[in-house]
Amino acid sequence: MHAAPTSAPRGVGVGDPTDSVPVIDLHGVAKIYATGALSVRALDGVTLRIDEGEYVAIMGPSGSGKSTLMHIIGCLDVLSEGAYHLAGEDVSELDEVDLAQIRNRRIGFVFQQFHLLPSLTAWKNVELPMIYAGLSKGARRAKAIEALRRVGLDDRVDHKPGELSGGQQQRVAVARALVGDPALILADEPTGNLDSTATEDALGLFDELHDQGRTIVLITHELEVAERARRIVRVRDGRITSDSAHPDVGRDLVPVGARPGAHQAGAGT
Amino acid sequence: MLGILIGIAAVILTAGLGLGSQQQVGAQISALGSNLLIVSPGSTTSTAGIRGGFGSASTLTTADAAALASKVAAPDIGAVAGVKTTSLSLTNGSTNWTTSVVGTSESWLTVRSRTLAGGRFITAADNADQAPVAVIGSSTATQLYGSTDAVGQTFTANGIEFTVVGVLATAGSDSTTNLDDQAIVPISTEANRLVGGTSKNSVSTIYIQAASAGQLSAADQEATSLLLQLHNISASSSADFTISSQEALLSTATSVSKTLTVLLTGIAALSLLVGGIGVMNIMLVSVSERTREIGLRKALGAPPGAIRRQFLVEATILGLAGGLLGAALGIAGAKVLPHFISTVLVVSPLAVGGSIAIAVAIGVIFGVYPAARAARLAPIDALRSE
Repeated sequence: MHAAPTSAPRGVGVGDPTDSVPVIDLHGVAKIYATGALSVRALDGVTLRIDEGEYVAIMGPSGSGKSTLMHIIGCLDVLSEGAYHLAGEDVSELDEVDLAQIRNRRIGFVFQQFHLLPSLTAWKNVELPMIYAGLSKGARRAKAIEALRRVGLDDRVDHKPGELSGGQQQRVAVARALVGDPALILADEPTGNLDSTATEDALGLFDELHDQGRTIVLITHELEVAERARRIVRVRDGRITSDSAHPDVGRDLVPVGARPGAHQAGAGT
Repeated sequence: MLGILIGIAAVILTAGLGLGSQQQVGAQISALGSNLLIVSPGSTTSTAGIRGGFGSASTLTTADAAALASKVAAPDIGAVAGVKTTSLSLTNGSTNWTTSVVGTSESWLTVRSRTLAGGRFITAADNADQAPVAVIGSSTATQLYGSTDAVGQTFTANGIEFTVVGVLATAGSDSTTNLDDQAIVPISTEANRLVGGTSKNSVSTIYIQAASAGQLSAADQEATSLLLQLHNISASSSADFTISSQEALLSTATSVSKTLTVLLTGIAALSLLVGGIGVMNIMLVSVSERTREIGLRKALGAPPGAIRRQFLVEATILGLAGGLLGAALGIAGAKVLPHFISTVLVVSPLAVGGSIAIAVAIGVIFGVYPAARAARLAPIDALRSE
């Protein structure tokens, strides 16, 4: 069920306990924002490993560094210290152009504000990442419509975002994240702008994707959203304070204690 | 974009005005006759005073004209036409019309670059016979005979009955006279039968046509020395005639139109600059309005080059649109403007194509900065903006 990583394993993180290449392998990562004499360590020595097929929620209050962590994981920002391997590829030293390519090929983003272009129809929004991947127009349309079918919006391909409900817009955004077949789906507060019905709808969609073997990292501050994940990582003051499997999680997960960076077991707070 | 629009329209109108005035000058010159020298009697310098009209002071004669026509004395002179002009009333039955009666020789037609609409021109034989024949302009023909064919009709002037033998083709008017309103008669007829008196052998102007355009200055020198010799004048500074050429006229006309063109080009360049800055402004506003779009595109994997290209293409399209609209406005203006001011506007495809190219170039040049700014935006900051 799990798709094999698209690139050959190389430079995998230290202490790799399994044969498979982890999707995310952060080792001693720090992010330092320097403004004049003052420097803030937004991330301070984060080590985190997420394997293929995992469904992980990263939780933390605002200012905890979870957004910075999300930017680092999403290759939207460069790290100051440490090493980051994404699906076996060392991305710590890449420049802007290469990072853009990594984001394009490896990561599917789902944002809180959906970030759909209002002037484009649903399928045109979904096709965007494939334009930068250099696919032909025919292939882009076919794949976009297939992705929309997978999120249950095959009857809305020619609708513009303004003609869709919030839940449907987020489904379009999920289809856009899926379309390039990325190693990782990174969702930043995906339910923050949705009502409870649409939230349930979106979380159901993530459950489905998880069942299909997708690797999902979900950033949230809502516990009931985080509880849908199989593993919860809590962040505070730039450090991981807890990393635990959800109580209801089945036996298919690697034991939490085997993970580097799991400083404390058990639910925090 | 409005600036580009106005700028391009101004460029097309400017080029049109420049070309138009050039064509107008060219048309006037061909109306006067090509390779033409004009010998006028009178003062040597403008401050020496102008001598009286047809009196003892008339210094040019039919003999001068005959001498200038000599191929031996003046090999660079192609044709010569002495002209004696007087104003007379022509009568046809109950109709009369006052016009200038021009006495000249058969070479007048070539020297003045005129053609006939019908009939024949006066001949050497007419001059020898002092024949009462006339060739009249088209306006004169209409005034005297209405719509009937003038050839073969008669009119009376100073009691002498003239037969119309030909009608001149229409030539319009030069700066001072209506070229279509005159009656051409043999100069001998005019001198002896219409004017008479002591000044009968004087001419008001001698038109000289050089054998070719390259021989114009040689013809000028030959005519000057020949006339000085004939008039027994040793110093050219005290010559009792003036020779002017089309060149002098032409250079005045072109320098005026050049000044005008430079001025208008300056205005056009300024408005193009303003237009370019306008495009830059639009693009900068577009960049800040679409910061989130840029952030999203970057997050989805657009490299900086792709973002830069997108905004450059948009700026180019803006420039192209401004250029096309400006060209349309300019062409429309060139059609409308001549109805309000008496000037000729010629829209050249080169000016239209060139100015559209300029507009596109402005779009690109002033699009570079906003495009670079868009490409530099950090995706996270861009995504966060509202």
